[in-house]
Amino acid sequence: MVKLAEWRGKELFRKYGVPLPRGSVARSPAEAEALTRDGTVPLPCVVKAQVLAGGRGKGGAVRFANTPLEARAAAEAILGLDFKGETVKELLLEEKLPITQELYLSITLDRTLRTPVLISSAKGGVEIESVDDAEIDRQPVHPFPGLTAYERRHAAKVLGVAGPVARSLDGLLAALWQAFQREDAELIEINPLARVGDGLVALDAKVIIEDDAAFRHPEYAEIRDDRTPLEEIAREKEIAFVQLDGNIGVIANGAGLTMATLDVLKEFGGDPGVFLDLGGTDDPKKVTEAFLLMAQAKPKAVFLNIFGGVTRCDTVATGLVAAMQQVPAAERFPLVARIRGNNEKEGIEILCAAGITATPGLKESVQAVVAAARGSA
Amino acid sequence: MSVLVTPETRVVVQGITGHQGTVHTRQMKLFGTAVVAGVTPGKAGTTVEDVPVFDAVRDAVHATQANATCIFVPAPYAKDALIEAVDAGLRLAVVVTEHIPFHDMLVMYHYAREKGARIIGPNCPGIAAPGKAKVGIIPNVVFHPGHIGVISRSGTLTYEIVNGISEHGLGQSTCIGLGGDPVVGTSFVDALPLFEGDPETDVLVLVGEIGGTAEEDGAEYIRHHFTKPVVAYIAGRSAPPGKRMGHAGAIISRGKGTAATKVAALEAAGARVGRFPYEIPDLVAEVVRAQARR
Repeated sequence: MVKLAEWRGKELFRKYGVPLPRGSVARSPAEAEALTRDGTVPLPCVVKAQVLAGGRGKGGAVRFANTPLEARAAAEAILGLDFKGETVKELLLEEKLPITQELYLSITLDRTLRTPVLISSAKGGVEIESVDDAEIDRQPVHPFPGLTAYERRHAAKVLGVAGPVARSLDGLLAALWQAFQREDAELIEINPLARVGDGLVALDAKVIIEDDAAFRHPEYAEIRDDRTPLEEIAREKEIAFVQLDGNIGVIANGAGLTMATLDVLKEFGGDPGVFLDLGGTDDPKKVTEAFLLMAQAKPKAVFLNIFGGVTRCDTVATGLVAAMQQVPAAERFPLVARIRGNNEKEGIEILCAAGITATPGLKESVQAVVAAARGSA
Repeated sequence: MSVLVTPETRVVVQGITGHQGTVHTRQMKLFGTAVVAGVTPGKAGTTVEDVPVFDAVRDAVHATQANATCIFVPAPYAKDALIEAVDAGLRLAVVVTEHIPFHDMLVMYHYAREKGARIIGPNCPGIAAPGKAKVGIIPNVVFHPGHIGVISRSGTLTYEIVNGISEHGLGQSTCIGLGGDPVVGTSFVDALPLFEGDPETDVLVLVGEIGGTAEEDGAEYIRHHFTKPVVAYIAGRSAPPGKRMGHAGAIISRGKGTAATKVAALEAAGARVGRFPYEIPDLVAEVVRAQARR
């Protein structure tokens, strides 16, 4: 999930011909002042923090400026701000436009219908979740013909626009659809889409690109997104790894089993700190990488939940013991393993011989790891 | 009878010469499945696990009368592989491949649907009907023939639950792993009627997880159309919003797709929902005993 900052989203919009306010990115107060002084950004202007979290207006991360000095002051006030856990490092300065109406548009995936869906509402400028369902139109778009002219006319009707504004909308929708498909987007959202005179302008841009399509979009590779540094490393190594708030690391094979393990752990008073799904792998190299990654997250204890199906438990256990030995002694964590399935007895024997607590019972082993985490706290 | 696969199922494995393709061709054969052909472009004339390999699905179907495919082809080429299979006349495709872009899957789904073909997956373990056939990668050892149907969005968790059911001395009619992606070829709603119509299935186990509304939609179907008892489990009660929990489809986004709403929907539809995965086999056994008393 690559979430693009507003300015990156707008760069993408520009490529497809979506109308935008004139503006530019600034990374320092001096730059903000200069951009407004030399006319790159016309005054009056708006100064917006480039963070991924929503609610910037209410959170003091958006300010207005009438002069270059005010732009500088606004930049000083916003840069370095901690906004919902993100530090503001970039600003987008844009001309302030005479808006007469705020609309909402987005294209995303409807998982149930298995089609993209165009979402339109005449109630733009507020979070779409707060808009009454009756005022939101959801138009499924079949992927083969794509967004057709009649569907675009329908959107114009929903948004209550006609004449030249409707024509502007038509071109904009065609551009959005192209961007959604060609960029492998999960979400493209314009909120608000502003009416300015007889035209429409995208005042904001929210774009999320799908991770699985990364192989055909090298241009997004350097965008770090909102992953933690460890999550980033895991992503490069193709390990499903999610950092949570607790202190117990959980390693299991299969996403569903890993999720279920977190649930059981929480139920028995444990506090999961890492979700690590080994997937279907029994490649010892990958298991070692997973263990080293887990060690870096510095868990108090680690719970390993393995079900041996195609891969036998003894093979898995041998790999685990070898992997544990690769973890530097100072970084080793207390490990409790629960091993079930094919050849589980042999697997448990191998682990116990290596000094790892191992049983086939989920409840008992979860209780053991919770105790281990408390003991070393 | 069973669901989707029968002893007459003849499987072609696309991507048979890869590691996964080879390993699971062997496993499918050990399960008793007729794996009749493999396809890897450029490898025609070779064999894998005594299965003849062809360059194209059409050639394989022509020579072996295959009627189903199991796709292990890497994600960037999976869309093409599926279209090739459908064009060759195959009407059942199990797509094991992980990380297929959903934009590709949208094309695959609608293409298959318009030609009357069914996709299971992607990112799925496939289908197994003990004593009949298996198309996919579900471990052979967990199964025992019987009358419990299983549908699930996960892999290993399903194997655990199936294994637990077998340990209770009960068995399975058919088990389908639907896959963990946001767009799947066959959802709970699509699979439920198959089990309703299957005389060999007495009880259905539904294993869901956070993300999307497939469980809620399934619950709605169960409430109105499904007459057999349902035991369910939902993974991800403790998952935080906005994080993808291993599966591309397992994400609570904008407040939607929580475990709580899924559990509530299933319970309202009359399903017995277990709190822990290890409770599921016990609940199934209880339901079976209750059925026997009737």
